[in-house]
Amino acid sequence: MSLSRFPAPSVIPGFGFAFGYTILYLGLIVLIPLGGLILRASDIGLAGLWAVATNERVAAALKLSFGTSALAATFSAVFGLVIAWVLTRYRFPGRRLLDAAVDLPFALPTAVAGIALSAIYAQNGVIGSLFAPYGIRIAYTPIGIFIALVFVSIPFTVRMVQPLIAEIDRELEEASATLGARRGQTVWRVLLPPLIPAILTGLALAFARAVGEYGSVIFIAGNLPYVSEIAPLLIVIKLEEFDYTGATAIATVMLMISFSVLLLINLIQAWSRKRFGYV
Amino acid sequence: MSEHVPSTAQASQAERAAAQETLRHSVTTEAPWVRGVTLAIALAFLGLFLILPLVTVFLEAFKRGVGVYLSAFAEPDAQHAIKLTLLVAAIAVPLNLVFGVAASWAIAKFRFPGKSFLVTLIDLPFSVSPVVSGLVFVLLFGAQGYFGSFLKEHNIQIIFALPGIVIATVFVTFPFVARELIPLMQEQGNTDEEAALSLGASGFTAFLTVTLPNIRWALLYGVLLCNARAMGEFGAVAVVSGHIRGVTNTMPLHIEILYNEYNITAAFAVASLLAFLALLTLAAKSFLEWRFGHALAGRGGHGGH
Amino acid sequence: MLGPSGSGKTTLLRIIAGLEFATEGSVFFGAEDATHLSVQQRRVGFVFQHYALFKHLTVADNIAYGLKVRPRRERPPAAAIKRRVEELIDLVQLNDLGRRYPAQLSGGQRQRVALARALAVEPRVLLLDEPFGALDAKVRKDLRRWLREIHDRTGHTTIFVTHDQDEALELADRVAILSNGRLEQVGTPDEVYENPASPFVLSFLGDTARLPVEVRDDKVFLAGEALDVAVPPGTGPGKHDIYLRPNELTLTEAGTGVPGIIASVRRTVNGRRAEVRVAFSDKLIELDVPPGADLNVSDRIGLKVQQARLFPSG
Repeated sequence: MSLSRFPAPSVIPGFGFAFGYTILYLGLIVLIPLGGLILRASDIGLAGLWAVATNERVAAALKLSFGTSALAATFSAVFGLVIAWVLTRYRFPGRRLLDAAVDLPFALPTAVAGIALSAIYAQNGVIGSLFAPYGIRIAYTPIGIFIALVFVSIPFTVRMVQPLIAEIDRELEEASATLGARRGQTVWRVLLPPLIPAILTGLALAFARAVGEYGSVIFIAGNLPYVSEIAPLLIVIKLEEFDYTGATAIATVMLMISFSVLLLINLIQAWSRKRFGYV
Repeated sequence: MSEHVPSTAQASQAERAAAQETLRHSVTTEAPWVRGVTLAIALAFLGLFLILPLVTVFLEAFKRGVGVYLSAFAEPDAQHAIKLTLLVAAIAVPLNLVFGVAASWAIAKFRFPGKSFLVTLIDLPFSVSPVVSGLVFVLLFGAQGYFGSFLKEHNIQIIFALPGIVIATVFVTFPFVARELIPLMQEQGNTDEEAALSLGASGFTAFLTVTLPNIRWALLYGVLLCNARAMGEFGAVAVVSGHIRGVTNTMPLHIEILYNEYNITAAFAVASLLAFLALLTLAAKSFLEWRFGHALAGRGGHGGH
Repeated sequence: MLGPSGSGKTTLLRIIAGLEFATEGSVFFGAEDATHLSVQQRRVGFVFQHYALFKHLTVADNIAYGLKVRPRRERPPAAAIKRRVEELIDLVQLNDLGRRYPAQLSGGQRQRVALARALAVEPRVLLLDEPFGALDAKVRKDLRRWLREIHDRTGHTTIFVTHDQDEALELADRVAILSNGRLEQVGTPDEVYENPASPFVLSFLGDTARLPVEVRDDKVFLAGEALDVAVPPGTGPGKHDIYLRPNELTLTEAGTGVPGIIASVRRTVNGRRAEVRVAFSDKLIELDVPPGADLNVSDRIGLKVQQARLFPSG
């Protein structure tokens, strides 16, 4: 079958309108605006981008954003795996409710989450007050940023891994047991390895989301330059100072890293599909 | 262990049953204590990171009684913020709904080169930081933006005004409907439409009478998610709105202002409305998944592939 | 173990393996009571119908799995494991495929890996659950012969579950036939075929036709006519059913034996088979047509029953 005709012949009507509208709308809403950013970035040039990115305050913000995001995404991936396992394999009252609650970070507006978290972890908050006597401050420090980023990244690994756990063939577990493996060995050597590509994908998505997160972080972060000022906030500050160049440069660096992460995800999945026959 | 006799005395019957009970569990699940610990960890984590913040919103909102809670909504600024939020969602959601249907029709019903690239482009707004989503429109329409002087000459205000808020919201909620519909319509294939056409229906009739009923639950699902995000978007809107009180403040922005003015109870009162909306969305989502799970495809997370 | 689907053969196999547990009764391996042993302690080799290979491990790693998960003091050294794996790959004739992943193998090859994996732990008993069920007819036949060879070479006690009568009779030294969770008969293939213990066993092992007859005065009467066949010893008088196998009927001249009319003649891979409508009843009986016999539809013929397989009716 040749694809020389665009689209491939079909009796279904409406391709011209649907495709045309899709491209037009996509172009107007997404491509032209993002193109504007890229155009602006190319005006600045690589040297200019580098100069902004290595500015002490910007570098500190980027380091903080990427560092806390990596930590939070990893933390959420580990616990997300446990949560996914519990929600799919165990039966207990309230399971459906908890399963629905996992999506809360997707549904709850970030500003709402932000003020709630900062109320909880402030020195007089429910949890903050538990740590305050030991001189540990959570809100208005990088720990607070970490907490907020964990909140937004919880659902990613859970939702990536859950369908795979549900589909695990019980015979694999039985085969492992008949070969003499203890339960722990079965989990570690047979059940976990096939989940790794999905865990990594979830982790990467969570990381990308966390790096760009703004609303839930700024309330709890304290936003001290060099200490608890995240990169997206710095973009907002630059914009308020009408420093479009600085804002564009930071945004470009963030976008490049996000897209590298997306590319990485696709590579992981392609590798997994080719080697093991599953994603 | 050498004096095993096939016939077992009555006394050991219970022990046997107990021994077999533990054996039975060891094959495809963990030992009871492991399950207990795992469950406890998961519950503690979810309780601490998800349930506690949600409960806090309502507790803080009603901390000083229902009277104070309600007085937060008597404020003209609060009322304006609620109206603005509803208005923005009422524009952005239908726009993305129409786009989602058109895009999934083109992508799911036809074969053409570059399709997977197109799907990637549609997903693009999900991988862009909300702040950057706002920034790109400031760069286009802001005072120093590409169209800045043109807009100023013609006295058109986009940034720091309703159009900017709407367009930024459309951008961040762009993929929701399309990404619910595309996998479902791909799964369903073309046979139903082909049958309708062969029976003499026009293309549009086939769409209305065959396609739409097939995708209605997924469509509703996508609209729900799109709406929740449209009403709750903070970062992108914060960048383009200019925070003009009573003019360009949506509910999330109004929450920020109240919170920064230490008007904590009022901030949580407004937040409780959005939290309630989130709960409704989750409830509807769970109901749709439970009731019409077969009619929804690709039920991963929003970031899933 | 042979039986139709739902007869309980897989459940019984899983109880032997320790994957499921009986509400009563015991499992013995030789003289040892294994009822209280966990599946890990029983050291059985279990081969699943759908292979259950670990997709993320290579063929060699799959085979080595049972040795690698042993507690450190019982685990053979790495070099010994490697040697053992190579031996097994050789045994199951998968040379050069050791580094492949299961997704890159055909169904027959996967099942051979599964067998090698089960053999690696030196099982006390090898349990095969419809191992060829997911494969096509030609591959099944080859693997059947090959499995028999491996069995003869390694000498493992093997229990093979199948619903395919040919497979069971060809492979087994002893056949256990199950129906509705009950053991119907255990014996050599010849025993169960020649002397089926129940109507179920008889009708399950190949095609049969059943006709109502009466036994009296040491003779068998079909619709009032005495049949020219000996009554098996121990058969009491009264109403019985006679079971007729297509290969235990002889074609005779019309007018002798049981009269019948040919209803159809069909070609099969093994010869020709005719359906005969018996004069006394409305039933159709199947008959293997001897080579060279010229039979056509509507021909009148006679049938001689070689052997009276009788069971009391009801």
